[in-house]
Amino acid sequence: MAEFTLPKNSTLTEGKTYKALPEATSIRLFKVYRWNPDTGSNPRIDTFEVDMDSCGPMVLDAILKIKNEIDPSLTFRRSCREGVCGSCAMNINGKNTLACTKAIDSFTDTISIFPLPHLQVIKDLVPDMTHFYAQYASIKPWITTQTPAPADAERLQSHEDRAKLDGLYECVMCACCSTSCPSYWWNSERYLGPAILLQAHRWLIDSRDEHTGARLDDLEDPFKVFRCHTIMNCTDTCPKGLNPAKAIAEIKQMLVKRQLG
Amino acid sequence: MALKTNRPTSPHLQVYQLPLTGLISISHRLTGMFLSFGLILFVVTVSAVSMGLESYTSMQNVLQCWLVKCVYWGFIFALFFHLCHGIRHLFWDIGIGFQQETLHKIAIIEIAVSFVLTVTTFLSL
Repeated sequence: MAEFTLPKNSTLTEGKTYKALPEATSIRLFKVYRWNPDTGSNPRIDTFEVDMDSCGPMVLDAILKIKNEIDPSLTFRRSCREGVCGSCAMNINGKNTLACTKAIDSFTDTISIFPLPHLQVIKDLVPDMTHFYAQYASIKPWITTQTPAPADAERLQSHEDRAKLDGLYECVMCACCSTSCPSYWWNSERYLGPAILLQAHRWLIDSRDEHTGARLDDLEDPFKVFRCHTIMNCTDTCPKGLNPAKAIAEIKQMLVKRQLG
Repeated sequence: MALKTNRPTSPHLQVYQLPLTGLISISHRLTGMFLSFGLILFVVTVSAVSMGLESYTSMQNVLQCWLVKCVYWGFIFALFFHLCHGIRHLFWDIGIGFQQETLHKIAIIEIAVSFVLTVTTFLSL
């Protein structure tokens, strides 16, 4: 059900302000969403003054600097710091992206950081991804076959068939797209969302997979695919420059075409 | 497994900056609802005509009011806007127009075309 406002326990309150040292000359303000499960109070927005002269170029560098030098309790996920792991996905100035590949200089003023939208928050910038991963598992993201594997070789693929996976295999499952989608916000129990559907498409068109029909059967449902209303927030926000909306449109076409025979 | 109770929902509409295509998408729905409502007014107008000179004259007096005229032209703009985005949806349905770089441009074209069509209608009356 669509609930446009936040529940009572989720409304935002003003938090603390952490001033920079007086000798800092180049200060940037970072407003960061905080929620501590141990206190039981509502989420708050803390303001951190960060000295840019001793900070790396990316938003993740600033968050790490805050954790290392200002408030060690700030909690977030990060790992590779180069856009291949998808851990540091968050909402930065109103758009979902990876903190590690987003330059601080791409913004002019205060930078506001929130966890990925419309998820349950575990702590600060860490949302609960359990449901998202369960949906991923539900589309069987692996090759399924009927024929026995060749005795002395791998299952091979032509260059052309391999090229069909370009623009799909690069997805790092950061969930930026799914959590940017209003349809996913209101219907995530039954709608799979752009990230999972892009993956579903990746396995549908893999020339080595032998269960395309069964995969389409699983997706033939009023909600799983067809809650996509081509709002295009997914494609707009993907930090890897991929196109989930196009992948979903291609699944829709596959479903219609096989009905036409 | 830790207790999951009282976990807040992260902000969504409150913080998300919808891109132009997102705004147009919700406007498409709103204009659709607006136009359904307009259809009722259209039926009222037509039945006023069918009920003879007296009701026709009073209906005409109401329609001459500037406020009613604004609503009326609002309906016409909504109709063209809904039409333009509807056509874009048809292109999307056949797999055309998904490139990230063109999303914003086509959205602006849609709005511009709806304005041009509304003005053309105004001038041709």
